[in-house]
Amino acid sequence: MALELRQPDWAVALVSLPCPPAHDGRRWLVPVEFISRALGLVYDSGLEVRKSSRMVLVGAVRVAHVVVRQDGLGPQTRVTLSVTPRTPYTLSQDATHVLVRFDADALDLSLPAFAPQGLLQSIRAPETGTTISIEVGPRFGAFRSAFVPQDDGGQILVDLMPAAAEPTPPPAARGGAAQLPVPPSPESAPPALPSATQPAAGGLRTVVIDPGHGGDETGVKGANGALEKDITLSLARRVKALIESRLGVRVLLTRDGDQTVTLDNRAALANNSMADLFISLQLNASVRLEPSGAQIYYFSAELSGDEARKAAASRQTLPTFGGGSRTIEMIPWEMAQLRHLGESALLARALEEQFRGRVRLNARPLEQAPLRVLAGVNMPAVLVEVGFLTNLDEEKQLLSDAYQNTVAQAILDGLLRFREGDDQARSHEGALSPVTNPVRRRP
Amino acid sequence: MTRGRVVAWTFVAISVAALVAAAFVFLPPWYAETGDSSAAVETPAAPATAKIKARLFYVSEDGLQLVAVEREVPFGEGTLTQAQRIVEAQLERPAAPLISAIPVGTRLRALFIDGQGQGFVDLSAEASSAHTGGALDEILTVYSIVNAVTINLPAVKAVQILVDGHEVDTLAGHVDLRRPLPAGTSWIQEPATPAQPPATAPNNK
Repeated sequence: MALELRQPDWAVALVSLPCPPAHDGRRWLVPVEFISRALGLVYDSGLEVRKSSRMVLVGAVRVAHVVVRQDGLGPQTRVTLSVTPRTPYTLSQDATHVLVRFDADALDLSLPAFAPQGLLQSIRAPETGTTISIEVGPRFGAFRSAFVPQDDGGQILVDLMPAAAEPTPPPAARGGAAQLPVPPSPESAPPALPSATQPAAGGLRTVVIDPGHGGDETGVKGANGALEKDITLSLARRVKALIESRLGVRVLLTRDGDQTVTLDNRAALANNSMADLFISLQLNASVRLEPSGAQIYYFSAELSGDEARKAAASRQTLPTFGGGSRTIEMIPWEMAQLRHLGESALLARALEEQFRGRVRLNARPLEQAPLRVLAGVNMPAVLVEVGFLTNLDEEKQLLSDAYQNTVAQAILDGLLRFREGDDQARSHEGALSPVTNPVRRRP
Repeated sequence: MTRGRVVAWTFVAISVAALVAAAFVFLPPWYAETGDSSAAVETPAAPATAKIKARLFYVSEDGLQLVAVEREVPFGEGTLTQAQRIVEAQLERPAAPLISAIPVGTRLRALFIDGQGQGFVDLSAEASSAHTGGALDEILTVYSIVNAVTINLPAVKAVQILVDGHEVDTLAGHVDLRRPLPAGTSWIQEPATPAQPPATAPNNK
């Protein structure tokens, strides 16, 4: 990409990047955010990088980021399109499709694979073009839609209803190819739909699941030979499929095969993806045979020595471009997790709550420790030790599909619980965390 | 007393003295073991047997924490030498039913203490290569060492574990070892009965 750069009228600017630049011989390797954050300062038009879709947006190009998910609601099926930024769209219908056309130059689409279910046959989008096509089955009768505005975008809810049902009243004309311009404004009528079916994923967009160990690092070896690295990968894939299909949230795995990944690269993947949550899945071990059950860890700051405490407290006032100054926290990258301890504690508690009664829990289910993989993660993060592979009974259990599915479901429910921001959990925040700075970072 | 009697008594006295001397020289060694042992206590080797009481750390019965056990360890002159003696004792295999969280075969290669009260314990490669893995096991391994030094020697504020002479990220992929760690008291199980305070003063026996 060749850009015409203008001469900056300032000498120095402080640019924050999601990971430190690396030196490789005569080359400097910088995170892709360098384009928008550093080059953006010296390029006249806008520069935006969307890593997830491998896009660099140059100039005033309009690209809507759309995340699709579907939910079954009794006889109905709901398709939810989360759109960022707010983008005008129109809905139309023909014999076998409901079409959502966006008034944009391109779509940046996150579309998980859907199995035909209920009234929904498939959801497709052409590689080029800005229309999402919802294919409906023979029992389909009508649809209704609503727009739910959010901070920086909104959600388009499309409910597919069976032919026998009496829609009350359908906002879309039945049959033909009715054009329904829908203004995406905050004044749009709220959906007259049951509250229990409101989007449950809250502000979640990207979740990183980290299957522990891999490649040369086998992790714990069970008494009957089961390897930690295999079970964590299998479990992570189940969690990914479940979250994507149920919430339409993008899920990234730090590894999707049997390869060695350094702890730094696991954190870097999450940071560079601007993920909202990081969940590391691991299996435990003990020199005694009896310990069993899941333990959920979050990062410990006070146990990492004076250096960590100084890092957490260090604030500096620096001059800013255009005059003035601002105070910023100078937290070293290897201690990025310090900013998120409050929310990490809440996430750990939410998971513990949803594990209870379904997944075997250890007598000490919540722990804090200076865990290396969490230290550099710049978002709420936990490490779940799902069970003890050194316990014979638990080794068998951890290998079973049924138990892995139960654990995956409990993690999904814990994640939803976390996003609900349960009042009771929040009342414990101070007690759980010595550092509470639950600042939510948005891309 | 006639001169002849004097000579006779002198001869008897010399003979008795010679017999006594011969008895000490030629009697078998077992005779000394059953004799008065006070002489052995006063031998030049005595300082090497001086002991202190220190708290060493082993895996609790439920496997989830550490228990502090008071043990006698050799006295070492100065904080550095004493720290070496304590770590060496911590690395020894304990008698059943105690279980150590430190991998079998782990040896102390070196130990340093800097001017800021930070200790650096250099362990042999087994600390990492023979580790079972698992976050909890690794936490207990690390804090067995860190607690043994920092709790028994208040002059040492934090301990960084090195392996084979090098700084390491972790032992088995979990606990961050890139900087010295202070004592992890939350990993020590509360004793059922009141604990004895740690004794760090030399206790010659």
